[in-house]
Amino acid sequence: MMIAGADQRERIVITGIGLTAPNGNDLPTYRESLLEGRSGVTPYEIRYVGKTVAGVCKFDELRYQKRKDVRRGTRAGSVGIYCANEAIADSGLDWPNVDRASVGVFVGVTEHGNVETENEIHELKGFDYDTKFWSHHHNPRTVANNPAGEISLNLGITGPHYTIGAACAAGNAGIIQGTQLLRLGECDVALAGGVSESIHTFGIFASFKSQGALASHEDPTRASRPFDAQRNGIVVAEGGCIYVLERYDDARRRGARIYGEIAGYAMNSDASDFVLPNPERQAECMALALRRAGMNSDDVDIVSTHATGTASGDVQECQAVRRVFGASPRIRVNNAKSFIGHSMGAAGALELAGNLPAFYDGACHATINVDELDPECELAGLVINQPHESSQVDVILNNSFGMLGINSVVIVKRV
Amino acid sequence: MTSGEIKEVVLDILEGIAPDEDLSGIVDDVPLREQLELDSMDFLDIVMELRKRYRVQIPEDDYVELATMQSTVDYLAPLMKDLQKV
Repeated sequence: MMIAGADQRERIVITGIGLTAPNGNDLPTYRESLLEGRSGVTPYEIRYVGKTVAGVCKFDELRYQKRKDVRRGTRAGSVGIYCANEAIADSGLDWPNVDRASVGVFVGVTEHGNVETENEIHELKGFDYDTKFWSHHHNPRTVANNPAGEISLNLGITGPHYTIGAACAAGNAGIIQGTQLLRLGECDVALAGGVSESIHTFGIFASFKSQGALASHEDPTRASRPFDAQRNGIVVAEGGCIYVLERYDDARRRGARIYGEIAGYAMNSDASDFVLPNPERQAECMALALRRAGMNSDDVDIVSTHATGTASGDVQECQAVRRVFGASPRIRVNNAKSFIGHSMGAAGALELAGNLPAFYDGACHATINVDELDPECELAGLVINQPHESSQVDVILNNSFGMLGINSVVIVKRV
Repeated sequence: MTSGEIKEVVLDILEGIAPDEDLSGIVDDVPLREQLELDSMDFLDIVMELRKRYRVQIPEDDYVELATMQSTVDYLAPLMKDLQKV
């Protein structure tokens, strides 16, 4: 399935993965949770909103940071630093001898700065809104590049760093940006993916609630239920996933383990609504990614959906998937948000990571919490509640969509 | 507040700002920066904490007075003599 005659410099592969998810702080644990149906959604409480549910990560911040760095930085920064360090360790790169100027950091974020701004305003209220008491840390914590910048500071990386603001398509967008910059020769190693600190801003919960799109359930582990007839909204989650991306030749030369190759990708815009998805544009985005990969829909084994558990969003993505894949007998369709909630800027990267081990173990994890499938979400190949064992998985297509009509698709193939 | 109490306040603030450091051996007349990993943002934290906790205003021109523990306590003593330690 390799593109015949493709310039070898164009071939970009994944050689390291570092992640934190509400149900695992490394890929093997996360994968095991997905295959065993283990949710990471728990009871949660946040100021003003009160009791709710969320996907909460429990990684060890102090594994790669001093207490002072944690205090000075942001949660998104700590998530990014943990994931980036884990990814580098996983990649087997001879990090002490890697030219740090040749490394780029590209981190997708749904939003950044809300957490710190809300905290500061909350604190300022105690001082009758006298701005003399506003923290000098506010600006470095809230600049949009903060999570990527904290990674560069922590690891001494002097190549380019920035975040990619792409709503909930951001995780894929980070991977795409890393791929593009490697192809352009702007860096030799890309740390690329996405992070989310979103459970620490009450505004996200309150806004989804006002929109009628915040999930609730007496059992938190059952609250995130894409495709189920009783779904009632989004479970907000934090998390992160950073990949080490390299050119295929470089990876081969150093004998790196290769998780998969970025076979194709696409991003486009709905240009139709602030919040409502557009299945036509989503389908076009998937079709464009397939075309660029030199594939057709029959080549895909797993479609990792974006579906968030909202009434209309899930139905519309199903329409888009049907348009592209029809009744393809080969594909299996799944969803990771049913386990961990919606990890916003990290979602695309984390959801792809949860599927990559399928290249080795042949399994397609399920979408859980489907008690009664919504007839409008019936899809050929939808893997419900129990994983599906295949003989071989060669191609994974990963959807990630966001507000303001931003769509992203990444296709990864076995090498 | 006595000079001893002011020193306790400053140490308490430093504990929050430099949580990885051992503050037990701080020498009063040696610059804090030579004994601890402190940068300009950290000194601004000291200023902000004094402002938040005791409403003590330290003009920018006086920041140099915070160089050592002794100079800090000497500088704060007249400003904090009528305040109760919290």
